[in-house]
Amino acid sequence: MTSKKVHTALPGPNDIYREVLPNGITVLTRANFNSPSVVISGYFDAGALFDPDEKLGLADFVASALMRGTKKHTFDEMYNILESAGASLGFSAGVHKSGFNGRALAEDLSLLLGLLAEALTQPAFPKAEMEKLRAQLLTGLAISAEDTSEMASETFDKILYRDHPYSRPEEGTPETVKRITRDDLVKFHGECYGPRGMVIAVVGAVEAEEAVRQVKRALGSWQVRGQKEPPALPDVKPLRKTVSKHHRMPGKSQSDIVIGTNGPKRRDAEYMAASLGNNILGQFGMMGRIGDAVREKAGLAYYAYSSLYAGIGPGSWEVSAGVNPSNVTRATRLIVDELKRFVQEGVTEDELADSKANFIGRLPLSLESNGGVAGALLNIERYDLGMDYYLRYADLVNAVTREDVLSAARKFIDPQKLAIAVAGP
Amino acid sequence: MKNPLTVTTLSNGLKVFLKEIHTAPIISSWMWYRVGSRDEVQGRTGISHWVEHMQFKGTPQFPANVLDKAISREGGTWNAMTYLDWTAYYETMPAAKIDLALRLEADRMVNSQFDEKEVASERTVIISEREGNENEPLFQLGEAVQQAAFRIHPYHHEIIGDMADLHAMTRDDLYSHYRAFYIPNNAVMAVAGDFDTPSMLARIRELFEPIPAGPPPVRVARPEGEQRGEIRLSVEGPGSTTYLQVCYRVPAASHPDFFPLIVLDSLLAGPSNFNMFSGGISNKTSRLYRALVDKEYAVSVYGGAHATVDPFLYSIVLTVHPKRKAEEALAALDREIERLRREKVTKAEIARAIKQARALFAYGSENITNQAFWMGYSEMFADYGWFESYLERLAAVTVKDVQRVANEYFKPQRRVVGTYVPLNGGQA
Repeated sequence: MTSKKVHTALPGPNDIYREVLPNGITVLTRANFNSPSVVISGYFDAGALFDPDEKLGLADFVASALMRGTKKHTFDEMYNILESAGASLGFSAGVHKSGFNGRALAEDLSLLLGLLAEALTQPAFPKAEMEKLRAQLLTGLAISAEDTSEMASETFDKILYRDHPYSRPEEGTPETVKRITRDDLVKFHGECYGPRGMVIAVVGAVEAEEAVRQVKRALGSWQVRGQKEPPALPDVKPLRKTVSKHHRMPGKSQSDIVIGTNGPKRRDAEYMAASLGNNILGQFGMMGRIGDAVREKAGLAYYAYSSLYAGIGPGSWEVSAGVNPSNVTRATRLIVDELKRFVQEGVTEDELADSKANFIGRLPLSLESNGGVAGALLNIERYDLGMDYYLRYADLVNAVTREDVLSAARKFIDPQKLAIAVAGP
Repeated sequence: MKNPLTVTTLSNGLKVFLKEIHTAPIISSWMWYRVGSRDEVQGRTGISHWVEHMQFKGTPQFPANVLDKAISREGGTWNAMTYLDWTAYYETMPAAKIDLALRLEADRMVNSQFDEKEVASERTVIISEREGNENEPLFQLGEAVQQAAFRIHPYHHEIIGDMADLHAMTRDDLYSHYRAFYIPNNAVMAVAGDFDTPSMLARIRELFEPIPAGPPPVRVARPEGEQRGEIRLSVEGPGSTTYLQVCYRVPAASHPDFFPLIVLDSLLAGPSNFNMFSGGISNKTSRLYRALVDKEYAVSVYGGAHATVDPFLYSIVLTVHPKRKAEEALAALDREIERLRREKVTKAEIARAIKQARALFAYGSENITNQAFWMGYSEMFADYGWFESYLERLAAVTVKDVQRVANEYFKPQRRVVGTYVPLNGGQA
């Protein structure tokens, strides 16, 4: 048997290749020849923050429309090229950024990048296709309106973020989506899309230089004059007392609950401590302390967990659970009690050690697939974490103390000032 | 770049697959039991899934709450799933920590406690899981269609079980089910990743070989009879969106016709992705998308086959366009099915289906958990050769085969048509 070569390296400066093209596009690549496939993933500054209030859902509509036909190919022709190769490519809009994800056999990377470039730079927004897409988006909204977990989450955002742009649904509402015209789509694309601020990661069975060469060929000549700057983000005003709202949905068997508060930004100093704290609160093992109280001990829910959503702006720290409508009050009390205990007592040394080991141990697993690595590269770029971030990761995790977790918990969570959203009968 | 594969059966009947993959310092270990909802009778529906839940509730050596913490602490991930024909457990761990997973699986193959209190608390958890499912129109519709398609065969009921049984089953019911099916001679173990085969095999022998074989489990033998005529049904519920589910009876995964069906599925509804840990691709140039979504009878369409031990269903689900009636969407679907039965597909369409399958295979092989998954999964309804020869067998499918299976299986009198009728408006 030949000697085994174990690939243990986490992505770092030695194997991540980064190049900024003259037009402003940042390319990140990392080769992986374990499978003959390749992933592309990226983002650009054309998120829902640009949406006018009366046309919410515009950024999302534009992103969904990019693949519906270009100056070169019809919708069906584009997907025929893509699907005939067993490849995929999709766009979606977030609040700050819009983004894309695609994958193909490595032999078809140029095909994939060609379609990406076409969709980004020459979308045609064909009238008939736009009306079909509008009907699909509206049906999507109608389906979401019947989904207890979607509605609980939307209600939560409205309580927590009130007049802040984060309170606005990225997909818009039926009224606003109906109002969006083809001219709106063309104008949004013309003003907000462009190479400045765009980042693309290419990971898979292709050498770094070759990947960059192919991205250059596809997108290197893209230029947009007067590409709009993203609007400034206002501060979030914290809640002054607990606010509860129940979104009524008759006929449902289960209610969804979201309880929480504001959380850190990804770049905040408290992020890692809050993240470890969140793991203890509602992730570790079988959904942490929350899972233990609500599922394991009380048997009230199939799922009950906490999440920390930290991004460019002030994030949220949320506990979610799905329970029988008659158990909403009991489950809410159990969750709020856990939040109280969390900010009063903090976490134990053992709990913290467990979660640290979990964070460090699971890293190779999250970086196993090309998609996982691409996500990691984009994370480094987006939050300026440094090329050696994953190499330093264990040290960053290990540096967090119990006191750090407690002060992060106290900074963000006040059990007297929670947003409590329920959707169900 | 073929990874060495070892297949062996221990003296107690436990079949073991080992595949060395040295691309990342990770090992994924799977334990598959041949038990699922097909092994359940009325009054005990959902018992296999509930037993799966109880397998996380502790043994004397690994009490509840210790297990999940132990796996998480080592940076591992674990889960379990119950299906029509099987129940599977996996742990994917940093390579140096895999011994914990092996010890845990050996232990809970025989020593799970099924404590009364834990049974009681898990009862309400599973009821809550079912209530969550019931919130979904497509669960309601799927359950009704499946019940109508199978009157005799235990594929009749949903894997999660009927609410009445979830209320009535006892600790002893669960424990007997566990003892009857959780035996080495009813299991397949599959381990893939960064290990050395001789030492891994030695450790597996040491941990698992002392577990005695049991009497071969008794199977429910109630084959479904011939369906004589189309079945139509409707389910009403909240919402404003109409859904249509159309199911055709198709053969078991081990049947030679399954491969032409996979090709047919690919061009009809887009390729089914059997990978559990890797996403599929879009279906916007499939025949059904072009005929139904492009023409605005539906806003989305999905279709797919399931790899099962006994004949099951090929299922097509439409989200009906708000300006259409379910009947109009069904008529448009029927025109496409009729076309498939009448006109030969092209060689190019078959070649395209094979390329799609090849790409999905490549995506699936990016990840070690998925590679371990395939070894056990394919054994549950056929054998590992099924997986290994998959692309070859697809390549051997002819234009004639596709037309023949279209005519054989896509007959209106052998299908069930279900409509979800939304009560808050919308067309129906």
